[in-house]
Amino acid sequence: MKAARIAALLLFAAAACGCSRVEPWVKPYERENIADPIMAWDRDPVSSSYMRHVYEAREGARGALGASGGGCGCN
Amino acid sequence: MQLTRAAVVALALLPLPAAAAVLPEDRADLLYHYYDGGGVTIDGPSVLVRKKFAEKYGVSANYYVDMVSSASIDVITTASPYTETRTQYGVGFEYLRNKVTYSAAFSNSSENDYEADTATLAISQDMFGDLTSVSLFFTRGWDDVTRRGDATFADEIDRRIYGVDISQVATKNMVLGLSYETITEEGFLNNPYRQVRYLDPDAARGFSFEPERYPRTRTGNALSLRARYFLPYRAAIQGDYRFYTDTWDILAHTAEVSYTHPLDEEWTFDVRYRYYTQDAAEFYSDLFPRSDFQNFLARDKELSTMTSHTLGFGVAYEFKSPRITFLKRSSLNLRYDRMRFEYDDFRDATATGFAPGTEPFYSFDADVIRFFFSGWF
Repeated sequence: MKAARIAALLLFAAAACGCSRVEPWVKPYERENIADPIMAWDRDPVSSSYMRHVYEAREGARGALGASGGGCGCN
Repeated sequence: MQLTRAAVVALALLPLPAAAAVLPEDRADLLYHYYDGGGVTIDGPSVLVRKKFAEKYGVSANYYVDMVSSASIDVITTASPYTETRTQYGVGFEYLRNKVTYSAAFSNSSENDYEADTATLAISQDMFGDLTSVSLFFTRGWDDVTRRGDATFADEIDRRIYGVDISQVATKNMVLGLSYETITEEGFLNNPYRQVRYLDPDAARGFSFEPERYPRTRTGNALSLRARYFLPYRAAIQGDYRFYTDTWDILAHTAEVSYTHPLDEEWTFDVRYRYYTQDAAEFYSDLFPRSDFQNFLARDKELSTMTSHTLGFGVAYEFKSPRITFLKRSSLNLRYDRMRFEYDDFRDATATGFAPGTEPFYSFDADVIRFFFSGWF
């Protein structure tokens, strides 16, 4: 529970920072490379979630292996 | 049985997106998975279909099957080989409003001695000129545990998972990621079939077995960091690190490096190496000094001091078939992983000719194959 409160607080802090205008230091026209499909965290969610399942059935540690899907914050 | 708990944790988040301001593409995946190692063979299909409507709503559905044939070291030491099937269904819904995505997902996993329901709520937002993407999620899980051949046994697990994922564009060539997750479970957390070993001077081999017994609560915290870098000749390299610790005194480190290399427009090659190491749970022992030695008893090799290595290769071929007109593009993918598991305090109790507690340490290799078709429509 304590961890969840800290996470909520962090998000609130991040959201509060969003009220002041932050100039993106990587301009939209400079995002060609990070928008390349090879830069996605996870190109194939079905395949990678299967590997998470393989590891979590055989190892003691769990979680925090990143969100599924791709995305670089660029539209 | 053993696979289910891992599955509900690993697959709970399947339909949820990482990028907030855009919904995942319309896509169907059909995957065949195969695992062979340590006397266990598991294979089966997995299907995921995602479809969005009006660029605001997204739905997804997943079907997954594990067909297990097990003669693992645990099974041949104290029981008989068995086969079983686990089936999982999942559905997800997403709603995109401005730069915020709201998601909900539900899944059910079922096998003859284990039933699990999992529900997840998530919210993702892009901020700071879309350089930062933050996701928060909360998962609840309800498991029913039974035991084959014992109608009197029934128990439950209540699971809560709290998580945050942050993806940050650092430069025009580098993206950073951070994930934090707390998993807390309460209920029957051990395996109703697994046994622990203890010294028994009256037994022919000098040891006997009795059922394992775990605490009824466990809370684990995992923190991971990752960086992905675009190389000047159009390739990508990634490094990942994860730290994990829990209330059973397991402390684990995971590190991975991977490299992605496209060739022309059609081919993509991947290679990766992953290293994992952990300390044993506080109540783990390969050989207890006597029966009922302490309150909690475990001889599950997943709770022992262990390391694992994975070397993986992947190749993807993307194409557009003029005959399948409703697909914009398609890809065929083959991935192969070779894994090695080494145990530092789990001994092979089936080895003969050794005094109890001096048998060789157990280790095994595993082959994992994923073959899948993806179609974008």
